[in-house]
Amino acid sequence: MSELHTVNKSPFEKSSFNSCMEHVLEGSAVLLYEDGVYAAIKGTAAEGKVKSAQGVKFYALGPDLSARGVAVERVTDGVEIVDYAGFVDLAAEHDKVVAWV
Amino acid sequence: MKFAIQVNEGPYQHQAADSAYLFTRAALEKGHEIFRVFFYHDGVGNGTRLTTPPQDDRHIVNRWADLAEKHGLDLVLCVAAAQRRGLVDDGEAERNGKDATNIHPKFRISGLGQLIEAAVQSDRLVVFGD
Repeated sequence: MSELHTVNKSPFEKSSFNSCMEHVLEGSAVLLYEDGVYAAIKGTAAEGKVKSAQGVKFYALGPDLSARGVAVERVTDGVEIVDYAGFVDLAAEHDKVVAWV
Repeated sequence: MKFAIQVNEGPYQHQAADSAYLFTRAALEKGHEIFRVFFYHDGVGNGTRLTTPPQDDRHIVNRWADLAEKHGLDLVLCVAAAQRRGLVDDGEAERNGKDATNIHPKFRISGLGQLIEAAVQSDRLVVFGD
């Protein structure tokens, strides 16, 4: 069973990203969107968690990165940037969507 | 694929009402089916026809209504959440003795069973909110 976890709050504001990281299983994916994209920035406390998650794919929503002035170069290596159509594809490709709201 | 969408956040609050709309529109553009959009908690605020944002701002309610018009979407407000927050249709006005209604005609008010049915009947339930 592969799951798509969605996180929409900053890891520096709420605990949803950390909770997600404690529950996500190998073979699953995490989509960071809205303020959740702050977890995708290089050099933050979240970077280590993103890099050390074994077998977990990370995605960030491009329009939400742009809206916050986060350039592609500042996004942690290995995090793939998707648009809304990509978000829909991820939801369809995984067996279920777990929203950490 | 069949999607059910749950919206827990009010319009013009943070970003969930926008994200939910943009996800729903992208899913429809890709040829997916939206079984239902269920508005829960503060999400019921997405369904008042009295909303009047400034002219240079997006009209979140009309945006949902236009999408519903184009694709025959079923937009449902949770009845208990709607009653608490003063979202009223003809039936609720009659039942609760209210002197006005404010629901947009493209939305309807119903029970939580509609969310459960949407979750059971759809391939994916995608939740947006705070």
